[in-house]
Amino acid sequence: MAKNGVLEPAHSITSFYKYQGKYHGTFAWILSTDHKRIGLLYLFSILLFFSVAVFFGFLMRLKLIAPGFALMKPQMYNAIFTLHGIIQIFLVVIPAIPAIFGNFFLPIQIGARDMAFPRVNLLSWWLYASGAIIVFLSLFTGGGPVDTGWTFYAPYSLRTTVNVPLAVFGVFVLGMSSILTGVNLVTTTHWLRAPGMSWFRLPLFVWGIYATAWVQILATPVIAITLVLIMIERYFGVGVFDPAKGGDPILYQHLFWIYSHPAVYIIILPAMGVISEVIPVFARKNIYGYKAIAFSSIAIASVGSLVWGHHMFVSGQSDLASVIFSLLTFLVAVPSAIKVFNWVATLYKGSIELKPPMLFALTFIFLFSIGGLTGLIQGALAVNMHLHDTYWVVGHFHYIIFGGMGFGFLAAIHYWFPKMFGKMYNWKRAAWGWLILFIGFNVLYFPMLILGWEGMPRRYYDYPPQFHTLHLISTIGSWILIAGLIWIFFNLFQALRKGERAGDNPWGGATLEWQIPSPPPMENFEKIPTVEKGPYEFGSLRIEKL
Amino acid sequence: MESHQDDTGSKIGMWLFLLSEILLFGGLFILYSSYRYKNPADFHLAAWELNRALGTLNTLILITSSLFMALSIYFLRKGGRNLSMLFLCATIFLGLLFLGVKYVEWTAKIGHGLYPNSLRLLGRSKGEILFYGLYYSTTGLHGLHVLVGLLILSVMLVLMMKGKVNENRFIPLENTGLYWHLVDIIWIFLFPLFYLIP
Repeated sequence: MAKNGVLEPAHSITSFYKYQGKYHGTFAWILSTDHKRIGLLYLFSILLFFSVAVFFGFLMRLKLIAPGFALMKPQMYNAIFTLHGIIQIFLVVIPAIPAIFGNFFLPIQIGARDMAFPRVNLLSWWLYASGAIIVFLSLFTGGGPVDTGWTFYAPYSLRTTVNVPLAVFGVFVLGMSSILTGVNLVTTTHWLRAPGMSWFRLPLFVWGIYATAWVQILATPVIAITLVLIMIERYFGVGVFDPAKGGDPILYQHLFWIYSHPAVYIIILPAMGVISEVIPVFARKNIYGYKAIAFSSIAIASVGSLVWGHHMFVSGQSDLASVIFSLLTFLVAVPSAIKVFNWVATLYKGSIELKPPMLFALTFIFLFSIGGLTGLIQGALAVNMHLHDTYWVVGHFHYIIFGGMGFGFLAAIHYWFPKMFGKMYNWKRAAWGWLILFIGFNVLYFPMLILGWEGMPRRYYDYPPQFHTLHLISTIGSWILIAGLIWIFFNLFQALRKGERAGDNPWGGATLEWQIPSPPPMENFEKIPTVEKGPYEFGSLRIEKL
Repeated sequence: MESHQDDTGSKIGMWLFLLSEILLFGGLFILYSSYRYKNPADFHLAAWELNRALGTLNTLILITSSLFMALSIYFLRKGGRNLSMLFLCATIFLGLLFLGVKYVEWTAKIGHGLYPNSLRLLGRSKGEILFYGLYYSTTGLHGLHVLVGLLILSVMLVLMMKGKVNENRFIPLENTGLYWHLVDIIWIFLFPLFYLIP
């Protein structure tokens, strides 16, 4: 039984890197059922796809540097913004935190030796990798790369000659991976908690991942069937989304957003979990409003699943529906705000240590607030008519996804890096990287808010001269942002190669992962711990002086 | 590594997975209700053409197979492995029979020129096109689930023959049963929606 088995010491003292399992070399990784190895498999595959998608984003911005600048043909531009979206959404930001850090740390944080279903966990990664390969195959086969935008809106996606079916199938496979990860995470949280690990002693990261996993289980199947119908439609012409045959494209939009709006919460909730870990550790103070933060995760997950119609205010859905969706959109801001206020209240009279993870976490609060408030503005019905499908929306969701989830991810990797790899990175260089990224981020995305407000539509290949200055600033921002990313990841890779050995608990964390060696041993705990205190009761724990 | 066996865990996981399956079909049910609401007369007309006798037969077959599945689990837990395997074989047989009947039904419809994008169907009203579009998509996806179910049932049969699933380790069979019942329940909803509501 995973619950209270006792292992021979040989298992527990060697780190999971050195543990010799059944397979050797690469196979020891791609066939490993160890949750930590699978977490790292996800980390490196996601970073690879992230760099590809950033490159596409770079090309897009470069194309838009000046009106009339013909870097690429319009069809190419359509393909590039589509791929940027598909890769970032389905291959990067949705799996990133649950699959990397959820995998690696959730079992440890609740005092378990592994996930509930280690083999299903490995299967999830294989499905993820296969989905990714299929998506990339779709670029070079059939009619070439998809040009529909990441939303695959019907009826265009039914008519365009490019390789929609294969790309859609790739996303379908990625969805299966996501569902299985969700099932694994929920079961693990319910069933494998160590003795004494009551629900209100769970680290808030676990609460965030737990709420996310439910959304993964309940929302993903809806997009799965929607994408299957796109495939059936293209191969057999059943007509369910084809207006020529009586089908309703608005229904496609409904089904698409029933998943894809909750997907935003799949993206942001785990990041909020990370922030709830980092803030108390670096404010050396118990979290303010533990239960409020925990339950607001559940509230965001549930209310957030009922707001999808705000993507369709100009689609022709009924006015009554729009009013209700708008109201719910305002409601879902409440639990998000609860979190923000609780984080800030935790900082109050704390003994704040501005270490790199904390820099990223504080930036998260700032950028996420801008993202959230701009979201409310466009969630108002009348204003939405003006802002719909403009750069305002692009600016808004990049503030949420990159400013929120992206900075949350960077907070997570800087926070847990010493635990995952047993090495410490250079703090000063990490802080410089943070500064460059922060500047680049705002120079890149803030002009988009203004551009959109002035009426620049999104996804356009070209624009009139009055938008030139802001587009130019935005493009320059993209260069600064990329420089910041390269700087940050270079620093981390340097640390991998020749970083100093990190102690077991460099940040003085009170959660379980900091009470075991860095990097963790094969089955995490020599003996399953009995938990006697909350996750943020630091007592005599201190941040190590390096 | 030690081998893990965690019965309650597996069952929680299976139920969660079944939830996601329900939502998968949920998408199709939403489409059905929405299009039926928009085209009540056409749906009525098209539903009239489906073969109610074969539909009813298939419902009986699937419900009986669910009973056999339950009996197979019951006998395995009681220690009667041979009886359990017998009922498992009966379940598989009925599953195959269901697909056979489905095949006959589809072939007849296609023979009449009623299939997606056929000239005959395109000549009909939009509601009827949608009805048949949904009919083929939904029963097709359901048929695929029956096929997957049969595959898992066969794997279970092999595992039972090898003694890897036995009276002390019956959770895999129970989980298989859960999946099979889900496939059955989905059909129980499909059947009246497509065949019975006039």
